Amino acid sequence: MELLAFGKTGWGDELFIATLMTVAVSLTAMIIGFLFALIFTPLKLSKNKFLNLIGNFYTTVIRGVPELLVIYLFFFGGSGAIMFVASMFGYNEYIEINAFLTGSFAIGIISGAYSTEVFRGAIQSIDKGQFEASKVLGLKKPVHFFKVIMPQMLRLAIPNLSNVWQITLKDTSLISVTGLVEIMRQSYIAAGSTRDPLFFYSSAALLYLLLTFLSMKLINKLEVKYSRGF
Amino acid sequence: MDFDLMITSLPKLLSATLVTLKLLSLSLFFGLFIGLLFAILRLNKNPIINKFAYGYSYVFRGTPLLVQIFIIYFGLGQVEYLRSSILWTVLKEPYWCAIIAFALNTGAYTSEILRSAFQTIKPGFIEAGRSLGISNRIIFYKIQIPIAIKQSLPAYGNEIILMLKGTSLASTVTLMDLTGVAKYIISTTFKPIEVFIVAGSIYLFMTFIIHNLIKYLEKKYSY
Repeated sequence: MELLAFGKTGWGDELFIATLMTVAVSLTAMIIGFLFALIFTPLKLSKNKFLNLIGNFYTTVIRGVPELLVIYLFFFGGSGAIMFVASMFGYNEYIEINAFLTGSFAIGIISGAYSTEVFRGAIQSIDKGQFEASKVLGLKKPVHFFKVIMPQMLRLAIPNLSNVWQITLKDTSLISVTGLVEIMRQSYIAAGSTRDPLFFYSSAALLYLLLTFLSMKLINKLEVKYSRGF
Repeated sequence: MDFDLMITSLPKLLSATLVTLKLLSLSLFFGLFIGLLFAILRLNKNPIINKFAYGYSYVFRGTPLLVQIFIIYFGLGQVEYLRSSILWTVLKEPYWCAIIAFALNTGAYTSEILRSAFQTIKPGFIEAGRSLGISNRIIFYKIQIPIAIKQSLPAYGNEIILMLKGTSLASTVTLMDLTGVAKYIISTTFKPIEVFIVAGSIYLFMTFIIHNLIKYLEKKYSY
C-alpha cells in the first residue's frame, strides 16, 4: 500500500495525475471525434454518390484497421507532415509535435468514425413525418435542425454514444506507446522502477474500471434528461 | 509516394499476416468456449455463480485489452508460485500470454452476446420441446444452441472484427504480427504512409472476408 502513497515516497500522486491525463485525452478525442462526425455524417446521408463514397471510405477504413496502426501513422507521420507544410513556408527546422495533441487527434479520428455511425443511425431512425412537418411549417434550416432534429437525434444517440465513449476511453491506453504519460504509461514507468508490474498494472485496471463505472453513472443521468417526455 | 517500398514490404507484411491469423483463430477458438461457459453461468439461478460470471465480463469489458495483456505477460511472472508450477512453460511465452489475454477478453464479450441470444429465445420453443417429452439436455443442444447461434451471428461477426484489430496489441509484447512488422518497417524507413496503406489494406481485406463470411452464414441459418 505504501507504493501508492502520495508525495515522493509513493506513486499515488503520479497515478492520480496520469488518471486526469487519461480523462483529458479521452475528452479531447471525443470532441475531435464529434467534429469529424459533424463533417462526415452529412456526407454519409448525402444523396450525392461521390460525397457518399467519401463518408463510407472514412468509416470503413478507420473501423477496419487496428487502432494501434492508426496511432503509429500519426506518431511517425505527424511531425513529418507538419514539417513538410512548414518547409513550404520556408521553415526548415525540426518540429516536434506535442504527444498530447497527436494522441488526441489519432484517437479522435477513430472515435469520430464510430460517432458518425451513431449519428447516421439516429438521424435515419427519426420519423420521416418530423422532416415533412417542419418543411410544411416553413421552418428555416437552422431552426429545423437545432429545434426539431437535434433534440430527437440526441435522445436516440446517447445510449450508443456512451459505448463510443467507453471505446474511446479504453483506446487512450494505446497512446502510451507514444510516451504520453497517462495511466498506462505511468504504470509502465512505476512497474519498471519498483519491479512490481503485477501491482501497478492491476492498479491501472482498477483505475480504468473506476473511470468506466463513474462515466456510466453520469451518462445514465444524461439519458434520463434527454428522454423526458417519451 | 515510394512504390518500391510498398512492393518490397508486401511479402514481409503478408508473412506477418499469418501470425495475426494464427493469433486470431486460436483466441477465437478458446474464447468461444470461455464465452459459452460464462453465458451458461450467467443464466444460472444461483446468485453467487451469477454475480461471479457478471463480474468477469464487467472487468474484462471495462478495462483496456492492453492492461490485460500486460498483467498476464509482465505481472504473472512475478508470482513465485506460478513460476515454479507447470503453468510457467506456457506463461513465459509472449505468444501464449497474448492468446490467453485475447481469449479471456473475447470470452467476456462472447458471453454477453450468447447470454442475450439465449434470453431472447421465445419460451414457447422450450415449452414445445418439453411438451413433446424431450429431455432438457436435448432441448439445450438441439433447440437452444442452434437458435442462439443464429441470433448471435451478427454481433459475433462484429466481435471477430474487433478481435482481429485487437491482435495488433500482440506487437506490444514483442510478437511480430502484422502491426508489429509494419511498425518495424516504419521505424526503419520513416515512411509511415506507404506502410500504413499496405498493412491497412491487408487488414481491410481480412475484415471484408470476415464480414461476407458472416453474411453468408446468416443467410444459411435463417429460417
